[in-house]
Amino acid sequence: MSAVRCVDLCKTYRQGDQDIKALDHVSIEIDKGGFVCLSAPSGGGKTTLLNAIGGLDIPDSGEVYVDGQRIDNLSKGDLADLRLRQIGFVFQAYNLIPVLTAQENVEFVMQVQGVATSERNEKAKEILKEVGLEGLENRRPAEMSGGQQQRVAVARAVASRPALILADEPTANLDSKTSDGLMELFTELNENHSSTFIIASHDQRVMNYAKRLVRMLDGRIVEDIDQRAA
Amino acid sequence: MKIVFRLAWRNLWRQPRRTWLTTGAMIFANMLLVFMISLQFGMYSLMIDNALQVFTGHMQVQAPLYNDEKKMRQTVPNIVPLANAIREELQSDKVAARGWAFALASSDDRSFGIGIYGVEPEFENNVSNIPGLTSLGRYLGDNDAAEIVMGSVLARNLHVEVGDEITLMGSGVDGSFAAAVVNIVGIFDSGVTDIDRNIAEIPLGFFQDTFFMEGAGHQVVVFGDGLAAVPELKSRVQSVLPGDSDLVMLDWDALQPGLKQAIQADMSSAFFMYFVLVILVSFSVLNTQLMSVLERTREFGIVMALGLKPGKLGRLVILETAMMGLLGVVLGVAAGALVTAWFTTNGLAFPGMDEMAAKFNLPARMYPQINALTLLAGPITVFIFTMLASIYPAVRLHWQNPVDAMRVA
Repeated sequence: MSAVRCVDLCKTYRQGDQDIKALDHVSIEIDKGGFVCLSAPSGGGKTTLLNAIGGLDIPDSGEVYVDGQRIDNLSKGDLADLRLRQIGFVFQAYNLIPVLTAQENVEFVMQVQGVATSERNEKAKEILKEVGLEGLENRRPAEMSGGQQQRVAVARAVASRPALILADEPTANLDSKTSDGLMELFTELNENHSSTFIIASHDQRVMNYAKRLVRMLDGRIVEDIDQRAA
Repeated sequence: MKIVFRLAWRNLWRQPRRTWLTTGAMIFANMLLVFMISLQFGMYSLMIDNALQVFTGHMQVQAPLYNDEKKMRQTVPNIVPLANAIREELQSDKVAARGWAFALASSDDRSFGIGIYGVEPEFENNVSNIPGLTSLGRYLGDNDAAEIVMGSVLARNLHVEVGDEITLMGSGVDGSFAAAVVNIVGIFDSGVTDIDRNIAEIPLGFFQDTFFMEGAGHQVVVFGDGLAAVPELKSRVQSVLPGDSDLVMLDWDALQPGLKQAIQADMSSAFFMYFVLVILVSFSVLNTQLMSVLERTREFGIVMALGLKPGKLGRLVILETAMMGLLGVVLGVAAGALVTAWFTTNGLAFPGMDEMAAKFNLPARMYPQINALTLLAGPITVFIFTMLASIYPAVRLHWQNPVDAMRVA
């Protein structure tokens, strides 16, 4: 069964007097355990597609399936539940909660899920160690570098072992060395935890790490390459 | 501690100055409310005590309808033995029997219609402050003596002094002509012109002889250990009343409805002012929480994207407000209690208050009355309105879309 299936998605935004087609009849299927990079220039539709897959945005038409479940017709509350239990997000700007420590940020989603204190404590420490942040558990975001913050964001996204991880421009604010480190971490997590990764990025390094590269332009998929075969 | 609690607490202190300003407003309002309500209740207590100590008492035993009609023939039979029985039941001397009649008081050259109380001289000073207000001469002594004390204005109007004689003429309980010559032994000055112009007191025994009462009177006045004890007082007095009598027991607010109405009117105006204060504080909280929510729009978008439902986010905002409100209540009540406690001991006086208070036989200082009600009524109201003020910022989050929220810089 596919992890994600999108059928004929359309989404149009209004900008001033103009209608912008962010998604123009997009159909895509991503297998479980996949490591996909959605690549497009700015305004190409990659973030809109990512948001539609993550249930953050509802397409004007078409269907979105996550793990076989149709999600484009779910209520706000059901979509929130879906994101909480099945999807991990990594954002461009890290988006950590500034008043919580690294460990508390990682624990936050698990607490909302209702995971017991001792279990989430242990899991958070374990995952922070896995992303190389052992010893920094009690630091707040403002006391960490951009790379460290992004690692906390990744730890938060994968801590509850979601089946699907969506990352929007995760390396945009990182230097090349940190970007490589992050992509290696993604690859490792993809292989070790069998999570499906969909990364929206126009960073060439990210494209190089992806097993599958989907190029978009003006809201349409223009190229779909299996890089393992290349 | 749950992360949500930690998150709420830390969110409060992201802008410590703003949080302290809002909490400070709550602390000040709570402190002011505690002090003002305590002072107000202290003043009411003083007003009630002062008013009841003139003639009314905490309760009275009367004949039915006497309180409304004041007819001479609406009597309490065998009033002195009844007063004695009540004293014995209550184990208290704060019980006194009285009679009441209208009479024409005449001196050598003037006459005035007055009200005359027949009182038990031995016990009257336990239920009334009139004996203590006798400023010239002395108060009544012998229960059967032909003597009288009268208000200072009446004495002036009659052109009489202590030691002079006046004539009393009126109707007896049976409608017959009642008359007596009495010796003025004292003149009181209550400070209340109506009382000082119209009221005189004579011993109850002499009153009963003069007005042919045959052992009857019109009221047994009882004082207890405060207003709160009045219901218990009534039930104990009830047990002493003769089984076949139709006597009624009236408590202070039935006897002095005007006093209660005056207090209620004063309370209404004061509570309107307090309400305005509470509303101002609530708007301050609303402003703070709304700003706090607006500046965290992006953050709320993120946590919604992570799967937190808007309802839970709303509860977070309400939790933050509750924490701020509780801080305001705890510190405000503590500060209010300290200030009020100081004035409870030392009293509050205004310039010129001494002379006026002395004139009315009142203490020269006002003392706040501190209890659970005066301590908590205001702050709890502030807390409730504070929580109400957090509803709009919390509900607003329901309309927030995570993608739009995350786009906010």
